[in-house]
Amino acid sequence: MSALTFHYDVDGQDFSSAGEASVAVKKKLRQMGFPPDVIRRCSIAMYEGEINMVIHANGGTADVQVEPDKITIILEDHGPGIPDVELAMKEGYSTSTEEIRTMGFGAGMGLPNMKRYTESLEIETEVGVGTKLTMVVKV
Amino acid sequence: MASFQHSVSLDAHKCIGCTSCLRQCPTEAIRIRDGRAVINSSLCIDCGRCVRVCKHKAKRAVFDRISEIDPKYKWRIALPAPALYGQFEGLSEVGDLLQALLDLGFDDVYEVARSAEIISECTRRYMRKPDILKPVISSACPAIVRLIRLRFPELCDHVLPILPPVEYASRAAKQEALQQHPELKPEEICTVFISPCPAKTSYAKNGLSQTKSTIDYVVSMTDVYRRLSGKFGKGKNSAMKSKAGIAGVKWATSGGEAEGLYSDRYLAADDMDNAIQVLDAIENGKLPALEFVELNACPGGCVGGAATVENPYIAKTRLLSFKHKLPNYRNYLKVENKEPDFIPDDALVDNPLLDYVPPERLSDDRLEAMRMMAEIEEIYELLPQIDCGSCGAPTCRTFAEDVVKGECRMEDCVVLLKKKLQEGQL
Repeated sequence: MSALTFHYDVDGQDFSSAGEASVAVKKKLRQMGFPPDVIRRCSIAMYEGEINMVIHANGGTADVQVEPDKITIILEDHGPGIPDVELAMKEGYSTSTEEIRTMGFGAGMGLPNMKRYTESLEIETEVGVGTKLTMVVKV
Repeated sequence: MASFQHSVSLDAHKCIGCTSCLRQCPTEAIRIRDGRAVINSSLCIDCGRCVRVCKHKAKRAVFDRISEIDPKYKWRIALPAPALYGQFEGLSEVGDLLQALLDLGFDDVYEVARSAEIISECTRRYMRKPDILKPVISSACPAIVRLIRLRFPELCDHVLPILPPVEYASRAAKQEALQQHPELKPEEICTVFISPCPAKTSYAKNGLSQTKSTIDYVVSMTDVYRRLSGKFGKGKNSAMKSKAGIAGVKWATSGGEAEGLYSDRYLAADDMDNAIQVLDAIENGKLPALEFVELNACPGGCVGGAATVENPYIAKTRLLSFKHKLPNYRNYLKVENKEPDFIPDDALVDNPLLDYVPPERLSDDRLEAMRMMAEIEEIYELLPQIDCGSCGAPTCRTFAEDVVKGECRMEDCVVLLKKKLQEGQL
């Protein structure tokens, strides 16, 4: 059986709609009977990714591949790219503007949280071209 | 959950199969089949929203009637919810209302607001415990608790393991009656909750998770309103006086419970859509700094319940006006134990673990569920995606699910049918 794939466009203009894709995925995973902790980890990782794409990259796409034993989340954008991945992975490090922070985002926990809640996080990024994140949550 | 007794039902003669309730149901539990609404019992959380929005009065909340109380009960105790205090124009003293309940034939009245104050104190103690999951989510609204069990399995452990005030009140009232009237036997005493909503009826009939309710009857506020309206006027000197403080009375409005915790790090949201958004945010870890979350299924809190009479905001204004007549608190826990986080057993739910109920599951076999999901996705792409409701499902998405489950056919989509007609395919 080939992986079941869900595709979402993440709108870069709108903070209030960020997270809609992760809510939709959460419901589908519940309907397919995945365990609650798997659903929660996917949901948090994907939510952080969505927010990141809104803050930094003017939106992007989210693809979720569901297989019986693992869930793969691929987030792709055409934003500025990440110049120093190691630095970006540090908890609390953020390049968000003061304005974004006053909205309650940009605490520098996005990528660290994505790593914490998934089995693997792969980052492909090029400055000025964009970023592709591939996360795997094992069941 | 075949044995679950619901408190929202349908009068098939009045239902014309319109889509008002269909679109409003927060758990997508309603379908229109053969021209009338059908409620999926395993998804219904008895929130009563369909009762509120039905234009044809076909959706009804099921309540007991005062006249149906079994004569074997020699001592009948009314448990008025604090929302009742806001229903009457010209009620200047809570005591007048309590007196009117006695005049109606009740043997005693025990205000739920009194227990709300005790539950606030227990919650403050619970919040001091070191190893609890935060934010703690209130357990007072049964529709919210049922929603969490259906849709937010990871949040079940955040729900406050303390009895809702009405249950505590029922137990305390029975105990008090036995002490004051030693001639009574326990089986001769009954409690009659005057409820603002059907969800609380459902709670009394089914209990909460594994905690059985001691409430014997639940009557609707609307029913009591009719019997009491005009029974108390200015200058009437009632023998009854309220034994509650304003802190307990405020539980009837959104934010009233959270205010009783003396912490600023709380959130109170009312109305189902807002509550669902907050629960989604908690699940995503978006509310890390919060200590407590109070959620109410009805707009404005219990004053907005489907069995209330008055506009919720008017009722709220009236309730708050009692602050000039009532002290802040009147009811306190009497415990010997000096530990600041000690909670007496009689305030705790019997089993703190809420079990997750997964009725949304397409199949118990994950591979089969995945195959069905793939089919749902395919069908959804063929649909108009305008969520018109004409097929009897609330959204095109749920229609696709129903087709795959074999509950309806593609031909039930009138938009597709019309397109085929226009293209000469039929």
